[in-house]
Amino acid sequence: MNAGTGTKLGWGFVAPALLWTLAFFIVPFLVMGAMSFATLEGRSLVWGLHLDNYIELATRAYLWRAILVSLEITVTVTIVSVVLAYPLAAIIAFRVPPQWQRLALLLAILPFWTSYVVRSYAWLLVLAREGLINQALMNVGLIVEPITLANTRFATVTGFVHFFVMLLTLTIYANLVQLSPNYRRAAADLGANAVQTFRHVILPLTLPGIATGAFLTFVLCIGDYVTPQVLGGNNELTMPQVIMVQLGRRADFPLASALAIVMMAIVTLAYLASARWLRLDRV
Amino acid sequence: MRMAAWLYLILAFGFIYLPVGTLVLFSFQDGTLPVPPFNGPSLQWYTEVLADDDITAALINSLVVAIGSSAVAVVLGFLAAYGLARHVLPGSAIMRGLLIAPLTVSYLIVGLGLLIVLNRTGIGLSLFTAGIGHVVINLPLAFAIIYASMGAQHENAERAARDLGASEAKVVLLVTAPMLAPTLAAAFFLSVTLSWDEFIIAFLLTRFDITLPVEIWSMLRSGLSPRLNAIGSVVFLISVTAVLILEFTVLRRRRS
Repeated sequence: MNAGTGTKLGWGFVAPALLWTLAFFIVPFLVMGAMSFATLEGRSLVWGLHLDNYIELATRAYLWRAILVSLEITVTVTIVSVVLAYPLAAIIAFRVPPQWQRLALLLAILPFWTSYVVRSYAWLLVLAREGLINQALMNVGLIVEPITLANTRFATVTGFVHFFVMLLTLTIYANLVQLSPNYRRAAADLGANAVQTFRHVILPLTLPGIATGAFLTFVLCIGDYVTPQVLGGNNELTMPQVIMVQLGRRADFPLASALAIVMMAIVTLAYLASARWLRLDRV
Repeated sequence: MRMAAWLYLILAFGFIYLPVGTLVLFSFQDGTLPVPPFNGPSLQWYTEVLADDDITAALINSLVVAIGSSAVAVVLGFLAAYGLARHVLPGSAIMRGLLIAPLTVSYLIVGLGLLIVLNRTGIGLSLFTAGIGHVVINLPLAFAIIYASMGAQHENAERAARDLGASEAKVVLLVTAPMLAPTLAAAFFLSVTLSWDEFIIAFLLTRFDITLPVEIWSMLRSGLSPRLNAIGSVVFLISVTAVLILEFTVLRRRRS
């Protein structure tokens, strides 16, 4: 405790940020929670403890299917991104000369800072019917007719993987460079080959980096509206897309709120599942 | 093995830069479709974009929201970090948790909650309400970054200033804030980058005076166009500039 400063003064410093968070985050969040138990009768809102929205989520096919689609896409994206990012992080950490590593990492994650909307549009340029990939494949003679790449789940997953490979490269690299080279030396001295060293030494030691990145990937991926909307089209809807449909065309705020609560519950479960390895404070 | 590693590195960079490279290349397209074959280079789409009043208005709106909300987030985050790092407060762990909490919730949910409250209270949607939303998402980051660098090494200087008769306000403004300047700058630029690119909250919480990502979103409905490439390239360039400034300030802090 500092001389001449009191608890009251301390409160004075914390109060503005705390009030802001309470007024514009906690209160709206609680209202949204209450809203998920309200129902619409015609156009008017009836507050109360109705379970209608949650029952609807469990029984209406296009609603629970959206939850499934979101989960499938998110799990696919998380796994593919980890598998692609790990070698990249390892190459930057172990093969690129130390004085170039910072630059290599900065370059590897620079497009990470493109806005969601612009990045998704850029992938559309690549994947569209008349886009880069189709034109290239037709010029080489591999295909005669353009193949459908945009407006598919493949396109959504590609757009997501692109983004999260960069994020995961960052978290896994941060983990890899913390490892002392002695671990690898010791493993080699004990006769382990490169594969054994990786499986039994490096991989277990980098689980925190993987878990942290994978958790962030999961959270950001499941909550994103833009990527599936631009790249996936409307063939199958994810949870955020359904929430936006409810807000827009139907103005069904209670149902949108219930879906948002379900989304949060899924994220909480993912957190509990990975909490053992998470090092969120070290990101 | 070594060859395979370099090959993978090249392929990975190719994948990472494929979309943004295509975006920038075809922003110089001479023609109306941003797809191969490339004819150009031509600056016609940039001149057209810069002459478009809707786009320039949205660009200015975005800058205003980004700078305004980041300034508020950094000031609030700095004060809270100072209060929690330098004063013994009951329940400080809970307060830290509360301040960090918005980080764990997706932007869509933050926007949805605010939209419901704003609708209920009859407060109209505007650039200002989008700014409020952006402070909500940037305050936790600003607080966390600044709190992490509130090391004890600065405490002696603060104590000395106090002993010499400085008021608490003077200590904060003239001693603590200048010592933390690189951190404050880093928090500010990170916050600007995130707010500048943010779409969903701005989309939900603005109505007429929209930000640039929202303007781009509405242009997307008419399909591929070199205009979108040009404006997307401008957005990317501004983000990269902010990130490089951030990198520079963080680097400088690490060295000192």
